[in-house]
Amino acid sequence: MIQENFFKINEREYILPGNRACQGCGLSLAYRYILKALRENTVVAIPPSCLCVLHGLYPLTSVTVPAVNSAFAANASCAAGLVAALRAMNRPDVNVLALSGDGGTYDIGIQSLSGAAERNTDFIFACYDNEAYMNTGTQRSGATPMGALTTTTPILTKRDHKKDFIKIMEAHNIPYIATVSPSFPIDLYDKFVKAGRIKGTRYIQIDTPCPPGWGYPSKDTVRVGRMAVETGIFPLLEIEEGKLRFTGRSKTLAEKGKRTPIIQYVERQGRFRKMSIEQLNQIQAWVDKRWNEFVRRAEM
Amino acid sequence: MSKVRIITGNEAAALAVILCEPQVVAAYPITPQTRISELLSEYVENGTLKAEYVRVESEHSALSVLIAASTAGVRTFTATSANGLLYMHEQLHWAAGSRLPIVMCCVNRGVAAPWSIFNDQQDSMSQRDTGWIQLYCRNNQEIIDTVVQAYRIAEEIYAPVMVCYDGFTLSHTMMPVEIPEAGDVKRFLPPYRPHTFLDPERPRTINPVFFPNRRYNDEGVLCDGYMEMRRKLQNSLERAKEVITEVNRDFGEQFGRDYGGLIWSYRTEDADVILAGMGSIAAETTLVADLLRNGGVKAGVVGIRSFRPFPREALALALKQARFIMVFEKCLSYGYEGGLTSDLKAALYGSGIDAPIIDFIAGLGGRDVTTDDLLEASTDALERYNAGDRANRTVWINCQGEEE
Amino acid sequence: MEQKDRNISGVCTPAIGEAGKTGDWSEMKPIIDNEKCIPSVKEKPACFLCWLYCPEGVVSMAIPVTIDFDYCKGCGICAEECPPNAITMVREVRIDE
Repeated sequence: MIQENFFKINEREYILPGNRACQGCGLSLAYRYILKALRENTVVAIPPSCLCVLHGLYPLTSVTVPAVNSAFAANASCAAGLVAALRAMNRPDVNVLALSGDGGTYDIGIQSLSGAAERNTDFIFACYDNEAYMNTGTQRSGATPMGALTTTTPILTKRDHKKDFIKIMEAHNIPYIATVSPSFPIDLYDKFVKAGRIKGTRYIQIDTPCPPGWGYPSKDTVRVGRMAVETGIFPLLEIEEGKLRFTGRSKTLAEKGKRTPIIQYVERQGRFRKMSIEQLNQIQAWVDKRWNEFVRRAEM
Repeated sequence: MSKVRIITGNEAAALAVILCEPQVVAAYPITPQTRISELLSEYVENGTLKAEYVRVESEHSALSVLIAASTAGVRTFTATSANGLLYMHEQLHWAAGSRLPIVMCCVNRGVAAPWSIFNDQQDSMSQRDTGWIQLYCRNNQEIIDTVVQAYRIAEEIYAPVMVCYDGFTLSHTMMPVEIPEAGDVKRFLPPYRPHTFLDPERPRTINPVFFPNRRYNDEGVLCDGYMEMRRKLQNSLERAKEVITEVNRDFGEQFGRDYGGLIWSYRTEDADVILAGMGSIAAETTLVADLLRNGGVKAGVVGIRSFRPFPREALALALKQARFIMVFEKCLSYGYEGGLTSDLKAALYGSGIDAPIIDFIAGLGGRDVTTDDLLEASTDALERYNAGDRANRTVWINCQGEEE
Repeated sequence: MEQKDRNISGVCTPAIGEAGKTGDWSEMKPIIDNEKCIPSVKEKPACFLCWLYCPEGVVSMAIPVTIDFDYCKGCGICAEECPPNAITMVREVRIDE
């Protein structure tokens, strides 16, 4: 326990209790630290999603930073509009954060994100990836992993691999890309603090365990997220100006640890109960290949 | 002393943008609007227009960027046509519902399928339910003047305004235009007073989900449900009729050009045969009215300038003496009839005016509509009327029918 | 006179309990045994993983650690993550009047 690190964390809570997020919501935990890191001089762009529900329904909100709702396809454009307006109003110091789910990033939101990133729009685009359209009840998205049951892959499971969004964002030549997990809140906090100080498009991928959608009891959110990192399914890393480096637990694993076999991650979650052995092996191979590529790039 | 320049409709629109000083502009090219997006880039890059220009990757993003910027509290502008307008469709509803005074030029063009790059009014007509104010221009002078007026109307009512003008017919045709002085425009347009703000000291979440029913906030105020909020939009649009009229009058006094307000009239004082339309086709019918008068028909033109809000009261008044009405439009609500015609009929229902109304569909996909075409169509219709035919009919001008 | 809603678009103000008293969502509540809880035992700031991992932010970083049961949703993460197992999820017994 590295508790001395806790005391550097901004003590203020920006999300008021009694909000509409589910028990044990991975997004709630992540958002708590995102806002602590970015602080009050921030405006958040919110697409229709679990986040919009967390923020609340008219006339009340649970969040104490300014926020603007957007249409589903448009969150990056909404954020781009905020950046432009704030610059025109001589307030370029305001942090603009577009926080979309995987649907609003990988699928319907990809065009506006790609355009904004290509223009090096000065914002942080963070994707809280709970690996399906959770707000509408768990339908598959481009981020749903292979082998997962969702309401639109209810019998045969999703048979396509998860889209590699880190590669997609790398193709846009943006200054900062990072992966974070609410199971490692200090690493998450540090990366958002750092991102807040960089200019240009910053993309952060947040692994977001979801109890109802992934099929595990709410008490296990932090454990499941930790397991994603331990298996290498979700490595914690940073890519700054194209240079890749592992951080935190992933760094330790890359240096000297041994990754846990993915079956320990998979067997905890109801959504994988129909996964075939073939799929499991395919995914283990895919995880291994990807991890080794990262290790090579990190020159370790 | 204002200067007169011979310019296209698109140039007139772009020059209006400089005069109105929006701070965020976003545009995506589409024929026949493209020149506007090019001119705006030029003006921003050479410093004539001090605005953040977001060179977006689609029309949906163009309007999304403006919605956010307007929410933050700045004046904004975009322009589009046809499929570009349709691509923004969900955001048209959003902009109106969130009460943002965005001004957009719609350079009217036919919509796919089939593809057309040429003029008709289907694009803006099909968006009439969205809650945008729609003003139609007859010529390039009217374009520059209407964009200026649009900002004043939008910012008073808190609703977005679409300034519509015909693609190619106006956008690419050169006409003499007197450019208003920047100082005069600045005086005519008070600074934008946004109704939303981004302030860390007073954080707000803007445009969330609404429950169907009203709900208390934590100060004990019973706040609106979805329906109340939408009713507020409708009430404001009804009030906009007055504002459009006032702004036109004010503009006339300050700049010397009066466009009639909600509707304009040509030789209607003693007319009992009325030709009606919007945009350049309506301007064309003034020539037809003159020719009909030469033939002894007491013809006049009522031009609809404000299509939304629909000027039902003004039209009922203007058409009081009509015994025969001919509407000329470049659009159709498929499965029924021309949008302008059906809105006009609805406006006259119960007014006691029972003149037959002929709905002329002309110029779809840019088919040329000449004065001769319009004259022939009017004359034929009048002949049938004089022979006792009192039916309302839809007539297609210069178009091969299936039976023939 | 009843105040009217003057907003012309949806502008929400922050409030606790936007979704009501979310403490009602679960019968299970985390009870801390201060004889096992590390900061209480050591009588100085230490551990506080329950504070760190609470998605709702209803755990105080104080000695003794307290939890706001009005808004604790009973997810059980704190109990799961507590290193000395000082937290137990206990079923609330409500005495109906």
